[in-house]
Amino acid sequence: MTDPTREAATQDPATPNGAEPVDSVEHAARTPELDQPYRELGLADDEYERIREILGRRPTEAELAMYSVMWSEHCSYKSSKTHLKYFGETTTDEMRAKMLAGIGENAGVVDIGDGWAVTFKVESHNHPSYVEPYQGAATGVGGIVRDIMAMGARPVAVADPLRFGPADAADTRRVLPGVVEGVGGYGNCLGLPNIGGEVVFDESYARNPLVNAMCVGVLKSDELQLAHATGTGNKVILFGARTGLDGIGGVSVLASETFSGDETGSGRKKLPSVQVGDPFTEKVLIECCLELYGSDLVVGVQDLGGAGLSCATSELAAAGDGGMRIDLDTVPLRAEGMNPAEILSSESQERMCAIVRPEDVDSFMAVCRKWDVTATVIGEVTDEEHLRIDWRGECVVDVPPRTVADEGPVYQRPVRRPAEQDLIAADDANTLSRPATAAELRETVLRMAASPNLCSREWVTGQYDHYVRGNTVLAQPSDGGVLRVDEETDRGIAVATDCNARYTRLDPYEGARLALAEAYRNVAVTGSKPVAVTNCLNFGSAEDPGVMWQFQQSVRGLADAAAELGIPVTGGNVSFYNQTGGDPILPTPVAGVLGVIDDVTARIPTGIGAAPGESLLLLGDTREEFGGSEWSRVVHGHLGGTPPRVDLARERLLADVLGIGSRDGLISAAHDLSEGGLAQALVEMSLIGETGARIVLPEEADPFVWLFAESAGRVAVSVPRGAELKFTELCSARGLPCSKIGVVDDESRALEIQGVGDIPLSELREAWEGTLPRLFG
Amino acid sequence: MSAAGARIGVITFPGSLDDGDARRAVRRAGASDVGLWHGDADLHGVDAVIVPGGFSYGDYLRCGAIAKFAPVMTEVVRAAGQGMPVLGVCNGFQVLCEAGLLPGVLTRNSGLHYVCRDQWLRVDNNTSTWTTRYEPGAELLIPIKHGEGRYVAEDPVLDRLEGDGRVLFRYVDGNPNGSRRDIAGITDERGRVAGLMPHPEHAVDPLTGPTDDGLGMFLSALDTLVAA
Amino acid sequence: MARVVVDVMPKQEILDPQGQAVANALPRQGFEGISEVRQGKRFELEVDDGVDDDTLARIAENFLANPVIEDWAVRRVES
Repeated sequence: MTDPTREAATQDPATPNGAEPVDSVEHAARTPELDQPYRELGLADDEYERIREILGRRPTEAELAMYSVMWSEHCSYKSSKTHLKYFGETTTDEMRAKMLAGIGENAGVVDIGDGWAVTFKVESHNHPSYVEPYQGAATGVGGIVRDIMAMGARPVAVADPLRFGPADAADTRRVLPGVVEGVGGYGNCLGLPNIGGEVVFDESYARNPLVNAMCVGVLKSDELQLAHATGTGNKVILFGARTGLDGIGGVSVLASETFSGDETGSGRKKLPSVQVGDPFTEKVLIECCLELYGSDLVVGVQDLGGAGLSCATSELAAAGDGGMRIDLDTVPLRAEGMNPAEILSSESQERMCAIVRPEDVDSFMAVCRKWDVTATVIGEVTDEEHLRIDWRGECVVDVPPRTVADEGPVYQRPVRRPAEQDLIAADDANTLSRPATAAELRETVLRMAASPNLCSREWVTGQYDHYVRGNTVLAQPSDGGVLRVDEETDRGIAVATDCNARYTRLDPYEGARLALAEAYRNVAVTGSKPVAVTNCLNFGSAEDPGVMWQFQQSVRGLADAAAELGIPVTGGNVSFYNQTGGDPILPTPVAGVLGVIDDVTARIPTGIGAAPGESLLLLGDTREEFGGSEWSRVVHGHLGGTPPRVDLARERLLADVLGIGSRDGLISAAHDLSEGGLAQALVEMSLIGETGARIVLPEEADPFVWLFAESAGRVAVSVPRGAELKFTELCSARGLPCSKIGVVDDESRALEIQGVGDIPLSELREAWEGTLPRLFG
Repeated sequence: MSAAGARIGVITFPGSLDDGDARRAVRRAGASDVGLWHGDADLHGVDAVIVPGGFSYGDYLRCGAIAKFAPVMTEVVRAAGQGMPVLGVCNGFQVLCEAGLLPGVLTRNSGLHYVCRDQWLRVDNNTSTWTTRYEPGAELLIPIKHGEGRYVAEDPVLDRLEGDGRVLFRYVDGNPNGSRRDIAGITDERGRVAGLMPHPEHAVDPLTGPTDDGLGMFLSALDTLVAA
Repeated sequence: MARVVVDVMPKQEILDPQGQAVANALPRQGFEGISEVRQGKRFELEVDDGVDDDTLARIAENFLANPVIEDWAVRRVES
């Protein structure tokens, strides 16, 4: 039997004088038996067979690279698709009314009134950030910003939900500073304020940190751009950075292995799968894109992210007239000797692909020259229903683009609720031993405030620019970030992201509902009206039925909660395989909520003491709920029981009351109660406002339960003197429980809690602010 | 000249970030803002120039090292020589130092991290074009946001700056970057060209900044232009 | 005592925005004929005679360079 590899190397007529063989379509048709390294590229046997069926021959190297990357989990959503349909099924026409673009587009777009629209999305860049924290995080920011640019919007803010292993673990000291510097280094240089995000520590993220990146963009609602290649004869222009050997094959194997090309005869050494970002090039690309859009020079546009040109060309063609011809020799390269598969799979950053009318090409190029952006016509739109790619005069790709972009495999992965869920639920956190004396309660307040998950994030957020662009009205440590959109009308938006993955571990359905409820509440406490949802679903292996059960339950929880809250899910992102060996991460469905505020001058800050003689009120019901609580973790290292009860009608009511309170000037500060309960909320309101308070809990209250329970649907507010009666009447008229818990005391430099004692603000501040600098220097 | 008749130019380099904020601050002070393009060897008849914050040309070689060669900077240096008021903020301060309009250099923060925070400053000198609206000794709360803001110059240079009253602002309540002698901002011999690391353009409205303490710098320059 | 120089450079296939920025700026200032610039770091170490090459290599690989994106070279020079 002949050795097919040898045959390819020695008998190929397209290999004059020992140059590398061109695996053309014609060559592929002639060498059907050639062994192809599809398994190394992450394709299953049946997937490879399907490609052969579609093409009626074996794929060329370039085609194989394209299918493997586009049919990867990351690009094709093959394990999640069947579950994600549920988002669409639960979205009513009423919820959809303000949506200009939704799931399936680069990012969701929502009409916010006055002719403005907002687009927002969260994406994961988890594994690359573990391998190379700085560049992984930086290119994560770069990627999501390009997604937003591809919608025709100006990116206006970023926020980064981050999760790491234990705060005191050696590897966390490697990963966290690099990630934070990468997020800051890229975002600061782009001139995008970082206005939110999260930092969470948990053992389960030890070798699987989560680096999720959110970007928000603003556009006029009639300026929406779409990723489609329409208009036969229109030109395909690649612009931005040159194409190099970055992250080849990174996507198809989640950046953990490399596509070395050894099997394909190039003999190239193993290539690094990391990509290096250049924020300056991206900043210029943003301004260039906006000028191109403003001059109406673009018919369709797509960013190049994971899967690079493979993705951009096949998706643009699939969403357009169906055909495209590309001449790969025209692609500006950064490295020598790149073969077609490498050019198509390269994940070089800071690149975009536009469809441009032939008569506009000169004007397009002129704008690019102004910004010093490299731009090249690499092909044109056809009506052939084929994506045809030539290289050195031979056709190396000839595929129906929809089979690459849209018709990837779909899996019904086994789903099984693990039996251990019952054991976890039975391990009731309410039976853990509690602080009994005033001194023990006082010590618990301080210990909680200093714990890694509750302490001040200033060490992290102080490395992010939150002032640039001059429209930031609220940023961290506020519960939600608020931005002014329109300087004339003071219309603005708010965003928040949340997920308490301990709750999701105890009950993925309820936990996901809680995640959305908290993000919704965090937008509402700023005085904004929540209007839309996005998500970033981080889970373990899709091949673990227990993980798939967590995933299925979380999707259902998020979708059902969005429907109950009456706001649509406009998009999302899935990241599987966040696990080492048999240990998956805590299921982490991060929910992002977008809100609208008609008048940003009415935004509600977090710190107390802004108005004289404020009263402190607690809105909502406090129950004995400690399952998954931060107290059970910090004090007992415990995770068991059931998460707090969710009441979404209550969340809507809270949001309504906060909206009215903000509009009518009845609220001077507000803070959502979540991890750490009321005690932590009071600590933060006092320290952020640099003002003390005297707290007297209701007579029937158990101080421990009131201070540390994590019942959902609660907000602490401070109300200016003179507004208290009006505000409490508003609550009682609407049936929202409201208890007076104390007064703000401008004279006092302490948080005084009856039955607990006085804690000087200086002592609290030392506890709250000292932890991260001590750990990370 | 009326206030609105005063035209203050703001340069945009590729990589400028706070140009829009600087222009907003100029408008808020009551003057007219004029955009100046880095590649344009033309100041379009402006009465003063602001070199804003950002990362001009990516700032990869050294902050401001490439921007000083921009065609517009040749014109700025020429105009400054003839007495035109020039303000450099953050990256703009770095550019003015690289261009030789101000002495010294800005180096990496002593803490090695980028720092974004609200910073207290003390006004040392209120006789420069950009600081007449402030009382000497007044304390201002203005954002800083930079990774390379540690002001460094040789001792004789620092002595001369202090002796001539050319230190405009010093950091108080903590030096955020290790600047020598807590220097946050300086001016040239004539008090017309000023540079500082803090961002007065981000403190012109308490809605979006910690205070409106920065507005005084723009109003100060405007007073001079209107009086001229 | 010997002086040891460790050069750390971005890997050839890795994007080097710093070098690229310098390369792009040179023609604008009238310097022609320079097609590529790559920017790296140079470390100078004063080293006791007892420190062997293997140790120096470990210092370079594990500490001075980030082997994911950078190459390094150690050489001893006359002190």
